[in-house]
Amino acid sequence: MTERAPRERRDPLARKKARHTPPSARSRAMHAMSARAAMGRFVLQVCTKCGTATYPPRDACPACWGELVWQDCKSGGQLLANTIIHATTDLYFRDHLPWRMGTVALDAGPVALVHLHRDLAPEDRVEVRLMLDRGGNAALFALPPDRGFDMTDPQLREFIVPVQGKTVLVTDAHSAIGLAVVKALHDTGAGLIVAGMLPPARLADADHPVLRLLGVQVVPLDSSDQVSLSEALSKIGGPLDIVINTARHVRSGGVSGGTNIVEQRRAFEVAAIGLTRLAQSCGPMLAGRPHGAFVDVISSDALTGSAGHAGFAAAEAARLSLLQAFRHEMRETGVRVLSVFTGPVEDEHHQSVPPPKVAPARLATAIIEALQQGREQTCVGDVASDAMTRWLADPALYAREKNL
Amino acid sequence: MTVTANQALSAMLAGIAGGTIRAIDLTNILSSDFPVIVLPSEFGQCEPFRMETVSRYDANGPAWYWNNISMNEHTGTHFDAPAHWVTGRDVANGTVDAIPPEDFLHPAVVIDITREAAEDEDFIVTRGFLEAWEAANGPIPSRHWILLRSDWSKRVGTLSYLNLKDDGAHSPGPDADAMRFLVHERDCVGLGVETVGTDAGQASLFDEPLPAHSILHGNGRYGLQCLTGLDQLPVFGSVIIAMPLKIKGGSGSPLRVMALAPAGSD
Repeated sequence: MTERAPRERRDPLARKKARHTPPSARSRAMHAMSARAAMGRFVLQVCTKCGTATYPPRDACPACWGELVWQDCKSGGQLLANTIIHATTDLYFRDHLPWRMGTVALDAGPVALVHLHRDLAPEDRVEVRLMLDRGGNAALFALPPDRGFDMTDPQLREFIVPVQGKTVLVTDAHSAIGLAVVKALHDTGAGLIVAGMLPPARLADADHPVLRLLGVQVVPLDSSDQVSLSEALSKIGGPLDIVINTARHVRSGGVSGGTNIVEQRRAFEVAAIGLTRLAQSCGPMLAGRPHGAFVDVISSDALTGSAGHAGFAAAEAARLSLLQAFRHEMRETGVRVLSVFTGPVEDEHHQSVPPPKVAPARLATAIIEALQQGREQTCVGDVASDAMTRWLADPALYAREKNL
Repeated sequence: MTVTANQALSAMLAGIAGGTIRAIDLTNILSSDFPVIVLPSEFGQCEPFRMETVSRYDANGPAWYWNNISMNEHTGTHFDAPAHWVTGRDVANGTVDAIPPEDFLHPAVVIDITREAAEDEDFIVTRGFLEAWEAANGPIPSRHWILLRSDWSKRVGTLSYLNLKDDGAHSPGPDADAMRFLVHERDCVGLGVETVGTDAGQASLFDEPLPAHSILHGNGRYGLQCLTGLDQLPVFGSVIIAMPLKIKGGSGSPLRVMALAPAGSD
């Protein structure tokens, strides 16, 4: 899609629209479900004794009081009945009425109350997704099973981050990752792409074909410099919807030896302090938007450290920690904070790292997908996926193996 | 008639107060977006200026405003001490904390290469150019700062200041013969330039690489970089006041550089 969506226009005298989030109180079992939903998994609790799958989440098997464990399950089902809600006292749902709900007989067993795509009717086959609502809690959403369903369903849009027509800031746009992200955003139909250029810049840098695409605006931006960040944000005309933080400072080196303190400090300035600066500057701008999102590209080395890239991994770990806190702060504003984990990227910074490496274009595609599915946590490529799986299974063992 | 030291100082101050002597600021504003020199990526890099507000009449300090700042010694308008270069590592008093205070004040001669630099951004100041300059303007006196006026400071705020291209930086500067002439035959105090370094942008590729740094500092002379306002100085007759910070063992320092010049002399 290359046709640009028109920029949003607003009544200058209208009172600012207040944004609400869905009710947030949840049980501990439900939070466990949300944590898995954040990874894009479809899970249900299954009893270890009688094998019954159950929903909603509980602390014990409703059939036999047995122990429940989380299992990835088949996500198909059949719509049994539907209803349309026209009145509620809840502020969030009042903003989005009428609201469609339905009951689905899940192929995995239980009958569940689900949010419903507008194209579905009773007895339809459905695909049920475990998605995060605007407050970050898991909810079941039934979609038509074929992939070509209507993405403009207003109810579905509450669970995802639409990119079309939106204003997006890419913090470091001239890196291999940054250029790929700008290109992918353009191809997806983002309205305005603000491309941050990290100094020092060559005279010809802004002439890169990707940065000359329609709808791309180049601004100097160094997220480690508050003045630069403020000036860049002041150049964005109109509201800011999405920030994609591609800034990183990849350098090899150890801790006691082979380390360059200046580079290590720079890695922290960019990855950790830079994230805080962006969060402080952009958080309030995103908070007023109907589909605000902050995407952070982060190394899977953040999980365990990395002996070969010690300073970089430490800075990325600090970034991950800050990102968790930022996500918590943004929950009540409805702004989605997405982490996109990657292993080594096929770029100039990983010349001495053997494959497999992630192509920048693949990383960019994964970022767009994560937004369009509203997924908080994504692992791109074999290295990051493997790292996450092993870290989830046995963090102590993985930290040891990773740093042998 | 002899003039006593008191009379000389009083006359100078009266001249500044009365406007017959102008005080001219030759310093660029130290800001986070002021460019710093870029070295090939295998070398450590120069950090730009950074400023972080500690408090501004707010919860962190209700009645006071102050900032933490950080930078390289060679950020913004700055002074190069002899110890900055390997050739000057054994020069006596070669670090900024040890520089004799008499060296903070020296007269200057301004050599205008504006036209040449505008025509050729890689313009090289040669011995032949300097001799021709002397033939036209008079000899360069000893113990002077040599200030190269290139009008490069007018590019500040644009990418053409560092002027980085695929094949490196492009800006004017001297060659080795010119530097030997200035140091050994004209006994200069140092070289002051408007560009980000005393050497030309492409000077690392010269047969004798980086001659300004190498020859100046190897002979105990100084460098001043990122100057501005040289267009307000007379060719002869100005005095430069350049006092680097007293950093222990420091190789250079950002500083305020000013000139005193007779009014109406430019």
